[in-house]
Amino acid sequence: MNFSEVFKLSSLLCKFSPDGKYLASCVQYRLVVRDVSTLQILQLYTCLDQVQHMEWSADSLFILCAMYKRGLVQVWSLEQPEWHCKIDEGSAGLVASCWSPDGRHILNTTEFHLRITVWSLCTKSVSYIKYPKACQQGITFTRDGRYMALAERRDCKDYVSIFVCSDWQLLRHFDTDTQDLAGMEWAPNGCVLAVWDSCLEYKMLLYSLDGRLLSVYSAYEWSLGIKSVAWSPSSQFLAVGSYDGKVRLLNHVTWKMTTEFGHPAAVSNPKTVVYREAEKSPPPGLGHLSFPPSRAGTRPLAALESKYEIASVPVSLQTLKPAADRANPRMGVGMLAFSHDSYFLATRNDNVPNAVWVWDIQKLRLFVVLEQLAPVRSFQWDPQQPRLAICTAGSKVYLWSPAGCMSVQVPGEGDFPVLSLCWHSSGDSLALLSKDHFCLCFLEPAEGRAALGQQDSRT
Amino acid sequence: MGDWMTVTDPGLSAESKNISQYTSETKMSPSSLYSQQVLCSSVPLSKNVHSFFSAFCTEENIEQSISYLDQELTTFGFPSLYEEPKSKEAKKELNIVAVLNCMNELLVLQRKNLLAQENVETQNLKLGSDMDHLQSCYAKLKEQLETSRREIVGLQERDRQLQCKNRNLHQLLKNEKDEVQKLQNIIASRATQYNHDMKRKEREYNKLKERLHQLVMSKKDKKIAMDVLNYVGRADGKRGSWRTGKTEARNEDEMYKILLNDYEYRQKQILMENAELKKVLQQMKKEMISLLSPQKKKPREKADESTGTVISDVEEDAGELSRESMWDLSCETVREQLTNSIRKQWRILKSHVEKLDNQVSKVHLEGFNDKDVISRQDHEQETEKLELEIQQCKEMIKTQQQLLQQQLATACDDDTTSLFRDCYLLEEKERLKEEWSLFKEQKKNFERERRSFTEAAIRLGLERKAFEEERASWLKQQFLNMTTFDHQNSENVKLLSAFSGSSDQDNRTVHSKPQQKKPPSVSHGSPVCTSNVTKSLPASPTLDSCQMSSCVSEHSSISVLNITPEEMKPNEVGRECTNQTWSVASRPGSQEGCYGGCSLTYTSSHVQKDDLP
Repeated sequence: MNFSEVFKLSSLLCKFSPDGKYLASCVQYRLVVRDVSTLQILQLYTCLDQVQHMEWSADSLFILCAMYKRGLVQVWSLEQPEWHCKIDEGSAGLVASCWSPDGRHILNTTEFHLRITVWSLCTKSVSYIKYPKACQQGITFTRDGRYMALAERRDCKDYVSIFVCSDWQLLRHFDTDTQDLAGMEWAPNGCVLAVWDSCLEYKMLLYSLDGRLLSVYSAYEWSLGIKSVAWSPSSQFLAVGSYDGKVRLLNHVTWKMTTEFGHPAAVSNPKTVVYREAEKSPPPGLGHLSFPPSRAGTRPLAALESKYEIASVPVSLQTLKPAADRANPRMGVGMLAFSHDSYFLATRNDNVPNAVWVWDIQKLRLFVVLEQLAPVRSFQWDPQQPRLAICTAGSKVYLWSPAGCMSVQVPGEGDFPVLSLCWHSSGDSLALLSKDHFCLCFLEPAEGRAALGQQDSRT
Repeated sequence: MGDWMTVTDPGLSAESKNISQYTSETKMSPSSLYSQQVLCSSVPLSKNVHSFFSAFCTEENIEQSISYLDQELTTFGFPSLYEEPKSKEAKKELNIVAVLNCMNELLVLQRKNLLAQENVETQNLKLGSDMDHLQSCYAKLKEQLETSRREIVGLQERDRQLQCKNRNLHQLLKNEKDEVQKLQNIIASRATQYNHDMKRKEREYNKLKERLHQLVMSKKDKKIAMDVLNYVGRADGKRGSWRTGKTEARNEDEMYKILLNDYEYRQKQILMENAELKKVLQQMKKEMISLLSPQKKKPREKADESTGTVISDVEEDAGELSRESMWDLSCETVREQLTNSIRKQWRILKSHVEKLDNQVSKVHLEGFNDKDVISRQDHEQETEKLELEIQQCKEMIKTQQQLLQQQLATACDDDTTSLFRDCYLLEEKERLKEEWSLFKEQKKNFERERRSFTEAAIRLGLERKAFEEERASWLKQQFLNMTTFDHQNSENVKLLSAFSGSSDQDNRTVHSKPQQKKPPSVSHGSPVCTSNVTKSLPASPTLDSCQMSSCVSEHSSISVLNITPEEMKPNEVGRECTNQTWSVASRPGSQEGCYGGCSLTYTSSHVQKDDLP
């Protein structure tokens, strides 16, 4: 495993291009595009202000940089560096900006969710969509980029509009039976839309592409409901994480619950492997004592190596007592992700913040629990193989695969707290982002795959 | 006592008692010496008595005292102390005999009284103690009663308290329920209120938004604009099309196409899954049929199985199955048939398996129960011991023969010692004879031992038979199926011959084989069984283990052992004949070789005795 040198970064804005050739990152008002293989700067664009949002177009030809504070969006072309485009939302303001899947339209949401403006890069035409709903996940595109579902709020009722992305024509418009729609997501096959209510009510609605209500699912009443939702890449399962600390898997045939995964703090099943991160005390006489204690305190994790130990079940995990009197309590399943082959589901229960549960979807049981020393910040699956990268805002990155797991210290001068990470589409490298730096981590493809016993399917 | 008192002189009443006491003491008859011990407690009073006597009777008043006594005695019903006067004038004369008699009677009476008194006193004491005991008992019981009463009261009190508590709790529960209801109502009302407020707020918000929209958007904000160097081509290279009704229709079409594709894909998947499942089902059915049909033959033979009718169904189904090999035709009837037949077969299989389970468990149970039967290990040990003995005997005989031959040889060589030789020979002969007789005796002992042992073995077999009869039938069937067993037996024969040590014995076994085999040919009923018995019974443990290599064969051999008596009846005589002839034909020097044969006859005869009424 190799690491690149450390580059500057701001606002955690660092993204691989969808085709995997480039890497864009923002440093204050500058946008830097690098070649992934050489890491040499290919292009350097200067924006009008500090970039707050950056996004690649789906064809990797354009990059949009949004400066919400100034209500500005700037688009840069990779092929024609001299080409430029600036969209000014003026006094309407800007709170969100995103590409349409075709990479030729930009959807800007104005302040107070007054409307969504669809700007085209091909024609002069501008479309407006009124009454967008201000919610967690109000816009969702199908994976093939053909349709967009948009949550709307009119007359104190929730509606969903389905647009054809090619010409922004309204295809379907229907009201949903929700109190306060919180989010929605297309199934990967683009035929089913999952719509869920806000956390006050556990309600999951499933609509067909043509607006028919396929099913309604509610696990319980009264207490706080859905916290996170994820489709399996095969569209076969819909995983619903909720505030009761459980993940419920709905199947795609009857839309009833197939199974539910509880996240108890005590793991007792002997078939489950519990990996526990343990700090290795540094070898004596290596100058650890020479550090002043204050200095050591400032970098608690950086100096220490850590490794995984297999804890013998039953294991009780470190839990957090959520403050019940506060809004958005830290409890329930807040993070959910299926591996790209749909075989595994990784979850994090927010009141056991140090642990990542990995579930075996074939056997529908808990497979592995990883207990970290620090709260898990983020995790992401390798897009090519069942391999999970985890970061905990420490200077280490953790990798799990069915063969085992490991913790890798990010080398370099000073501290490098990994706040976020993203995989390259080939699964060969990983961008590690800290507050104002980033670096790439290269995983030897042959070695890694051999270790995992997988066939290299790259062409 | 009271009577006594009334009658006696009040002044003397106290003393009179003493009199009777002390007279007996002073003038004790020799026969009543033992009573002195009884009375010894009153000895210290004797002096007083003497003084009293002197007071009662003096020289002067003898007459009066006698008359007084007489009077007293007569009043008590004693004969008079005086002689019956011959005449009226005659003076009353003291009859000494009467006096003595009286005294004696008085003494006896006294003793009786004393005894009675003693008894009464002891009884009194006993009664007193009884009384005490009863009183204490009574007191205790009273106390107990009191405590239990108190306890009852306490419990009642507690019960009452608990009931009170319970009632309170019920009340509380009810209150809580009410509270919950109330809270729920409150929540609901607040929720509605909240929703209402939210709606109101949202409306206001919407109004504001609308207003803002108007304000912000209507004044033609020239800032709201896109500044593009040049427009780029569409990703798909096409030009943008106008929105028309046609495009709308096209979009609809496309959407439905997508949906249709999805459904088709899913249907295909489901079909594939179905086909897969059908295949599995079909295979399962086939396997079930193949599994169930051979087993059904036997039950049908027995005609005791209720499943007999079902089996025919199974075979019918099998026929159907071949007919309906077009599995792709998934019409309802086929499906129903399939599921029904599978269900049926599954039931059969289940019942069969359950039956087997029951049998197994039963056998296990019984196997644990019969501890009195000689264990197999003991059996084997015993046979081993016997074999060892036989071997020893053989060796002894051999050495003897050798010695004999040597002697003979040496005798032939030396002419000079011919005389001695004769003597020696005679002596030797004598000795040999002696040894021979000893040996014979030993042999007999061995035989007896062996016989007793085989008896025990047979008993074991018979006892086993009793509880394994049910199973035996089933096993027999299997056994019959195992036609290869016959060949195994022939191999075992060879093994036997290999095990018997010397060459002449080998010859003998070879000779005896045809003789042995003849009788089985007579009993054509079950040749396998008989041949098996002829070998398995005299078999050494090693042979045993060879034969009983598998559990089934072991059981079957046992069953055979048990079956043979009936089946071997016709050839029994013939076999004994062969054995006899065999033992006769064999040289006396190697008679021990036919132990097995002999024992065989014994066992078989025993079996016959046991089994035939």
